[in-house]
Amino acid sequence: MTESVTDKDAAFREEIAAWLSEHLAGKFAALKYRGGPGDEEAEPDLRKQWEQELAAGGWTCVGWPEQHGGRGLSIDRQVIFHEEYARAGAPGRMGHIGEGLIGPALIEFGSDAQKAQFLPDIVAGKTFWCQGYSEPSAGSDLANIQTKCWVDEQTGDWKVQGQKVWTSLAQDSDWIFIIARCESGSKGRHGLAFLLLPLDQPGITIKPIKQLSGSAEFNEVFFDEATAKAEHIVGMPGEGWTVAMGLLEAERGVSTLGQQMHFAHELDLVIKAAKANGKSKDALIRDRIAKAWSGLRVMRYNALRMLAGDKLGLGKEALIYKYYWSNWHRDLGELAMDVLGEQGDTPAQDFDVLRLQQVFFFSRADTIYAGTNEIQLNLIGERGLGMPREPRPTK
Amino acid sequence: MQLALTEDQTMIREAAQSYLADASDSAAVRRAMASEQGFDSKVWQTIAEELGWCGVAIDEAYDGLGLGATELVHIQEQAGYRLLCAPFFSTVCLAANLIQALGSEAAKSEYLPKIAVGELRATAPMSSVADAWESTQIKASKQQDQWLLSGSLNRVADAQTADLLFVFAEVDQGVGLFALPLNTEGIKVSPLDTWDATRRFSSVEISNAAAAMRCDEADLVEKSRKRAAATTRLFIAAEQLGAAQRCLDLTVEYTSERKQFGRVIAGFQAVKHRCAQMMVQVEALRSAVYGAAALAAENPDTVTLEMECAMAKALASDTLFFCASEAIQLHGGVGFTWEYDPQLYFKRARASKQWMGDPSALRATLADALL
Repeated sequence: MTESVTDKDAAFREEIAAWLSEHLAGKFAALKYRGGPGDEEAEPDLRKQWEQELAAGGWTCVGWPEQHGGRGLSIDRQVIFHEEYARAGAPGRMGHIGEGLIGPALIEFGSDAQKAQFLPDIVAGKTFWCQGYSEPSAGSDLANIQTKCWVDEQTGDWKVQGQKVWTSLAQDSDWIFIIARCESGSKGRHGLAFLLLPLDQPGITIKPIKQLSGSAEFNEVFFDEATAKAEHIVGMPGEGWTVAMGLLEAERGVSTLGQQMHFAHELDLVIKAAKANGKSKDALIRDRIAKAWSGLRVMRYNALRMLAGDKLGLGKEALIYKYYWSNWHRDLGELAMDVLGEQGDTPAQDFDVLRLQQVFFFSRADTIYAGTNEIQLNLIGERGLGMPREPRPTK
Repeated sequence: MQLALTEDQTMIREAAQSYLADASDSAAVRRAMASEQGFDSKVWQTIAEELGWCGVAIDEAYDGLGLGATELVHIQEQAGYRLLCAPFFSTVCLAANLIQALGSEAAKSEYLPKIAVGELRATAPMSSVADAWESTQIKASKQQDQWLLSGSLNRVADAQTADLLFVFAEVDQGVGLFALPLNTEGIKVSPLDTWDATRRFSSVEISNAAAAMRCDEADLVEKSRKRAAATTRLFIAAEQLGAAQRCLDLTVEYTSERKQFGRVIAGFQAVKHRCAQMMVQVEALRSAVYGAAALAAENPDTVTLEMECAMAKALASDTLFFCASEAIQLHGGVGFTWEYDPQLYFKRARASKQWMGDPSALRATLADALL
């Protein structure tokens, strides 16, 4: 991947930056730097309008093929888009689950009718999606799904009974995609179905989970004979796991460089706070700031290796990435609070300070969701180093 | 910025990998450690004459291959993986790097072609703090047409076997860089006993010894010595990366064979997770080193180059030390023996930590730039 600057790339960069500076203004100016991890509850209605503003400019789903309403941007160009988006301080994307997860899954595995029904509204920023994978008994052991589904013989539709948990943004979403067990008695990754359900129906109840940070991005979602239309199964019954895993791979790391821009912004805030209160003179704080900066460089080069498809590492750089960034981010949160000192004890009015407090609290989740540290280390040891696998159910 | 290797780079890397797997296996390293000169002359000859490594990063105008930091980084990584005992680091990564960065035309024409073909072994002192040879213990005075140097150097890599020492010395105004043949009258080289016997160091006493040449190009000393120090740090980091990778490989290999409680110990999470953490650090370091090398090849401004290379070297020192100590622990009792190799890497980890600045000193320079 070429980072630097052919003239065309530079012009493209300028085009995005100019568009963002023109449109991230007026009522949308209040969204700058908002809605990131730990702040996802911020201004949901305005952020949905922002999605439509982006869509009107053609800046949603930029990596999707043009035939499905995207821009068909190359990986390099997508990276530029995400970098500029983050650099401008544009808000966390309400549409990211539709754009980054279910959309690509439908493009890969969906029927023509499903594509026609769902893709245009994702591109338009009109329909918002959430993901129903985890369950109370299916966390790290994600394949241990207990939610059941069966075909209602009278209507031919699917009925769903069970519970999902840790569902981000369910309260602000229109649709949910889930995996549920369609073959009774099946275990693990076998016998699952991948279903699409509208959330606004009598059989579905959403209950927010208040987090240690006081906010509630996550939810429990209860299904009591909830309905998924017959035509809303993706793939065949029994193939749910394949679809679900294919979707996890869909994103290919193009947004990582954008995520790093957010991290760089947070480190800037830490440096700003340290200079303001004199902690910048403390040798230990200085050492930790230098370490944090070094970690940012590592993440940048690691992402460039991922995007280059580094053959030397055989994908090892991709394997370590989640563990690396989440632990880096948690360390940054601790550093931020050590820099803030007493100022950290009171929820701040100044958003720059509040942001650092959010990093401290919310980053405790970074090393848990999407594969805990412990699961990541299993994967790294097993896939990266060929060490013996943990026991798994065989049926 | 391109982080995927070109075909030529892959070829250089693989050639180094396969040659050193034989020429610098554990037995060969131990033979070299026990020998008086500290390396096998045949290995050096092959490296210099057949493999052409010495000229890899030297400009074509001086009979080198004209390649850059990335190629040298990949050779250094393999050298570190096998703890290659040879005056390659001192000659190429220290001496040639210095002359290429700030030498006069006369100095470059005189010395670089000889280094490129392996005819000349050279060295230079390594600063143990995070500076760029800002202070020197050597003074130079001009008498008739000759520069006479005096002073002492505590630790110089490979001085015992090198032909030539490049050294900074105080002159009337500022400092100059001088080439000092080590067989000159007035020079006493005393080999030091070192815990890490894979790289030899000597103290050098200089009293009124005549330099062969004053080597610095006017104005380049101030401008370029920081760049030379930065890239030398990068080459050390590459070597440390290779050594850290070897610690991980040795540990995975050993724990996958060693059985206790009826099963291989690699299957216990207490072991597996620690190996995984080593891999996280090694791959993070690999990203840092390859990224810094790619950046160095793009000829960035001096502050950027210094920061990237300081970052890589600090990270490399910490990573190698972590991996070498984990290797000993996870090997259990045999990890503490002379016979098994983790001890060699542990000693290299300790010694190399301070070459051109230890991690906390280097991070202090990063903090100065950031705050």
